[in-house]
Amino acid sequence: MIALLIRDLRLAVRAGGGFGLGLAFFLIVVVLVPFGVGPETAVLTRIAPGILWVAALLAALLSLDRIYALDYEDGSLALLATSPLPLEGVSLIKALAHFITTGLPLTLAAPALGFLLNLAPSAYGYLLLSLLLGTPALSVIGTFGAALTVGLKRGGLLLSLLVLPLYVPTLIFGAEAVRRGGEGLDASTPLLMLAGITAGTIALLPFATAAALRINLR
Amino acid sequence: MPELGKYATEVLSAYAISLLLLCGLIGISWIKHRRVKAALERAENG
Amino acid sequence: MSLWEYANPRKFMGWTGPIVPWAFGIAAVCLVVGLIWGFFFTPDDFRQGSTVKIIYLHVPAAMMAINTWVMMLVASLIWLVRRHHVSALAAKAAAPIGVTMTLIALATGAIWGQPMWGTYWAWDPRLTSFLILFLFYLGYMALWAAIDDPDTAADLTSVLCMVGSVFALLSRYAVNFWNQGLHQGASLSLDKEENVSDVFWQPLVLCIVGFIVLFVALVLLRTRTEIRLRRITALERRV
Repeated sequence: MIALLIRDLRLAVRAGGGFGLGLAFFLIVVVLVPFGVGPETAVLTRIAPGILWVAALLAALLSLDRIYALDYEDGSLALLATSPLPLEGVSLIKALAHFITTGLPLTLAAPALGFLLNLAPSAYGYLLLSLLLGTPALSVIGTFGAALTVGLKRGGLLLSLLVLPLYVPTLIFGAEAVRRGGEGLDASTPLLMLAGITAGTIALLPFATAAALRINLR
Repeated sequence: MPELGKYATEVLSAYAISLLLLCGLIGISWIKHRRVKAALERAENG
Repeated sequence: MSLWEYANPRKFMGWTGPIVPWAFGIAAVCLVVGLIWGFFFTPDDFRQGSTVKIIYLHVPAAMMAINTWVMMLVASLIWLVRRHHVSALAAKAAAPIGVTMTLIALATGAIWGQPMWGTYWAWDPRLTSFLILFLFYLGYMALWAAIDDPDTAADLTSVLCMVGSVFALLSRYAVNFWNQGLHQGASLSLDKEENVSDVFWQPLVLCIVGFIVLFVALVLLRTRTEIRLRRITALERRV
């Protein structure tokens, strides 16, 4: 399983693997927002938690379809399916690789971008924590969506349509945690819910993902 | 027409849009039903 | 003969054939009587004026929007477990009905909301949940449309429906947490205080029944169409 992880990480980091793409997209979206809503700092401070979370979400979405697509096309996904590794484990590894190459960098870059949006000072810690707790869920849910659409040629848009509604609970609790942190309020409820969602998806969704992969590999 | 008073536009437009959507759904379902039934008859007998 | 015998496509076509026209007829009667009764023969509400008349469309549509998804979930489970094609096709057939109901609920809700709350749209938990439900329906229909092989499509959409249902419940909770909301509490709760008063209740029940029967009629009609479509494809393949 570790070998699979390392392989996927190496593939992602190579040129054409789209590693920096997610980060760049994150930056661009955050930069676009003040152009859209105006530079007034009070406004930006108020919407910063939400914008950062939405931008992170969209950036995570970008690299989803390549999770399985390349392996599917060259037949290695079929090989993985017949290997002694359970497909549930494979999908978790893929999600982990996605998290390491997308979710984690986004989490680390977020404070710098929060600075651009005039994020409240007390919110920075909550930003890091909420993204750290929430982006794994984004990866696991995204992996499920990718498994559903792996056989499709232009599946990217459909993938977004399927996955984004599933992201809503994570988004709600993540952004709320940052918002409450920024206002000095207690953010433990949304953080707990966030952790709960991540734990739940990690425990249960791989079964659905593996089922979808098996269906598509028939 | 009952005295709808100041909310006349709201009530009427709510009814209009709902009935439009319902008739649309029923209409589309019906048309597809007829089309497919005819196609099946052609395929079975053709 | 077990209940599952009726799920055989040919038997299904046989027993649903006579039912469909009757179902449409009963639905038409219920809806016409219910709507005319509600529209012409009920008084205005003290607070809401004549807009209360929107309730006869809004509440039944909203109920059916949810019930349709539940039916799709059950049908998807039956497909996954027992592989009855009629079940998979029934789920596929029900989705556009659910979308329409959700749209009616959203549209009538927005129109009703404008004079009552001063805004066409508010990010109230119930409205927001319906918007999310609308997106789930769209995704489900899009997935069916995107996949060529019918059995693969049935399988994948069934898995999506199941996962979607869990997330729909989760979203409901999350959205409630996110915003306490303007929307009235449940109109049909067992708690008397929240109940819609009786003079509105009777035509409302009639409209709800009408919508339910209409749903049954439409789902049966559309499933029959899907079964015929499959038969055509099978015939063409043989040629």
